[in-house]
Amino acid sequence: MKTASERILSAKSGRDARAGDVVVCEPDLVLGTDASAPMAIDYFERMGGERVRNPSRVLFALDHYAPPSTAKTAAFHDRVRRFAAHTGIELCEVGAGISHQIAVERRLARPGDLVIGADSHTVTIGAIGAFATGVGSSDIAAAMFTGKVWLRVPQTIQVTVTGERPPHVAAKDVALTLVAELGPEGANYHALEFHGEALGALSLDERLVIANLAVEAGAKAAIFPDESVDAGAGARHTRRMEIDLTRARPVVALPHAPDNVVPLERAAGTPIQMVFLGTCTGGRASDFRTALEVLERGGGRIAPGVQLVVTPASREVQLELLADGTLAKLTAMGAVITTPGCGACCGTSGMIPGDGMNVLSTANRNFKARMGNATASIYLASPEACAAAALSGRIPDPADL
Amino acid sequence: MTTIQFTGRARRLGDDVNTDYIISSTRKRDTLDERELARYLLETVDPAFAASVRPGDILVAGRNFGCGSAMEVAATVILAAGIRAVVAASFARTFYRNAINNGLVPVECDTSEVRDGDCLVIRIGEEDAAVTNERTGHLTSALPLPTFVREILEAGGLVPFLRRGGW
Repeated sequence: MKTASERILSAKSGRDARAGDVVVCEPDLVLGTDASAPMAIDYFERMGGERVRNPSRVLFALDHYAPPSTAKTAAFHDRVRRFAAHTGIELCEVGAGISHQIAVERRLARPGDLVIGADSHTVTIGAIGAFATGVGSSDIAAAMFTGKVWLRVPQTIQVTVTGERPPHVAAKDVALTLVAELGPEGANYHALEFHGEALGALSLDERLVIANLAVEAGAKAAIFPDESVDAGAGARHTRRMEIDLTRARPVVALPHAPDNVVPLERAAGTPIQMVFLGTCTGGRASDFRTALEVLERGGGRIAPGVQLVVTPASREVQLELLADGTLAKLTAMGAVITTPGCGACCGTSGMIPGDGMNVLSTANRNFKARMGNATASIYLASPEACAAAALSGRIPDPADL
Repeated sequence: MTTIQFTGRARRLGDDVNTDYIISSTRKRDTLDERELARYLLETVDPAFAASVRPGDILVAGRNFGCGSAMEVAATVILAAGIRAVVAASFARTFYRNAINNGLVPVECDTSEVRDGDCLVIRIGEEDAAVTNERTGHLTSALPLPTFVREILEAGGLVPFLRRGGW
């Protein structure tokens, strides 16, 4: 029996694709960003490309430099706009949101689809049952030039999810724990496939968080297969592992690696000067509602000396939060609301922490200098823990949640 | 197919060198010109690194080289610094494919004995690959490259490969 990856890549390559084979596939969706599309356009032109083979399958999102903070990044945007207009590619403007979030919201990818994106967090889309993987700019160029991409068919790690989550344990906690268990390259060249009775209790938003963080263990794809591609336990998996949600606990990733995970109580009390709510991990409406609830329950007063930065993952999220009053309440508390997109996550736009600052963030990466300042220390946790830190100015103890 | 061969001075790095460390996203905001960006190669790891690189040097890393973001400039900035090959105990997959697609040779083998400054000879044949350390005299066998991947590398990357009508 084939794994979900083998099934999808067989269908997209027209070959009997098995783990280890290198195949040339036709992707259903090709995503580029303002951080990767300018280079892709260069490669495309150097390939001799004029006409994009499949413009209706390509989407560019201006998400990393949203809004542009320099004339140079504004020039990247103009280049992408001109190319998109010229070739008939749809462009998602500044403020529309993060490429893989838009793809999910607009249902541009379906279960069984092959999605490539020049953004490592493209894996997020695996939550809906697609094979979605991050590639480079040259791959996007090749896909525009030929309609194709080369891929090595990955081995698969089957992850069985069982049990019931205790209160105050978020999908983020489950995902960080999984990354720590696998290690920073534990899933390198592999796809993760999620199965098990407990999946039914995970919302789409929660699946997106787990698929998103899988790349921090090196995963090529993280698939929650639907019945069309799910071979279940019969498929030939390289490895099996189990997540027992009953044992899951609130955790935090310490600087400077997302797999540097410890129980939340081990870091409790660490002073925090910036709290960042947002990104393709923690920037969905449900995340901000959870955070708001914690903030309101705690009196709604942000601790002196703490900056609270709020960045919806997309305009759709922003509209939802405007409609239900969440953003108004957060603004009244003193939060800084920034343009939908990647925001402060990778130091390309938005708030940059000051020297020596400690940041508690709902994002997925905490590498040194990630947010644009090498002297800052970034801690990663759930929206609930981040909101609690905004109230107290410290990493909370699980008992305080 | 021909044999790919390089000789160069080893520049030693550790495990889990991510693409943000290879070239910071903040630098990439200012320019995409690799020659300009090459001045900041690996600055988060060692601010003096870029100035000390000589053309022909070989990057030598531990496990999971190039993890994190898929940004391709992490591969092209290494080439722009005059480095043609990276030897690592393992590569993150996005970096690996970006290297191949740009003609930067990724060599996967045990690097635990390599010290900064060692002279290495890399040889990649059709069926086998190996790295010889001239200081120790040791020959370490490396993972051979799949034919499909070698074809792209030998063409000099995805651009020349597709220009010649590949796929």
